[in-house]
Amino acid sequence: MLLIHCPYCDETLPELEFAYAGEAHVIRPEDPSAMSDEEWRDFLFIRTNARGPHFERWRHVHGCARFFNAVRDTVSDRFLLTYKAGEPRPDLASLEAAQ
Amino acid sequence: MMTNQTHDFTLAEATARVRIDELAPVSRFSLRVRPAQAATLGRALGLDLPDRIGRIAEAQGRTALCLGPDEWLICAPEAARDAILAAARDAYEAAPHSLTEISDREISYRISGPAAQELLTIACPRDLDLLEPGRAVRTVFDTVQVVLWRDGPQEFRLDVWRSFAPHVRALLEIGQAELAAGL
Repeated sequence: MLLIHCPYCDETLPELEFAYAGEAHVIRPEDPSAMSDEEWRDFLFIRTNARGPHFERWRHVHGCARFFNAVRDTVSDRFLLTYKAGEPRPDLASLEAAQ
Repeated sequence: MMTNQTHDFTLAEATARVRIDELAPVSRFSLRVRPAQAATLGRALGLDLPDRIGRIAEAQGRTALCLGPDEWLICAPEAARDAILAAARDAYEAAPHSLTEISDREISYRISGPAAQELLTIACPRDLDLLEPGRAVRTVFDTVQVVLWRDGPQEFRLDVWRSFAPHVRALLEIGQAELAAGL
């Protein structure tokens, strides 16, 4: 079982308390009606599908119920970092250097 | 052919290592308030609302448990229900909040005895050694969302949503029988 660090509870807890919630830092367009069909499709469906470190959202649904962001390696399943929602996207190079 | 063996335990045998008791109803409220206004509202309710998740504050028989950054569970004797609602209503201007009564939503079980922690491990994924006495957390118990209170080293309390309670109770009793049988 994965152990995930919740940045709000500040505890490392079993995966069963959490729910995956898709890719992080996908910014909702301010004026969807001004977008072309292709741009709207890309916003809705096109994701990076990264092999390696992936920025993603998780929700501590059976705990504090908060959404937060995580950087997880999709190959090894290792969590490099979790951080609160709304915080800036961390720099990947410095993260990997810190590992 | 399937064979079934049933054990006919006496109550004393089953409860020697762990007891499961259903507790009397209490008043419960779900409180949501911005952290900046939490202290003001806490004063109105006579509680110093804890600001760390999992911490408990108690005063005059009332208990506040911090469940999330802006969420608290308030428990109190049933007689205090109207006083809490009135106090929160009076403080609404100064501290806008949402206070929802959830008294009937949950049933509480007390699980106590030398094997209480072992019994909970059958369905609780948390490392219970890290849950100190006097703390409580929201977690899962065999996919059911529960609030797990640790009242003492060998004493726990489970708040279970009413409709899931028969399932949780049945699971606990299976575990209790297995512990009594030395499995």
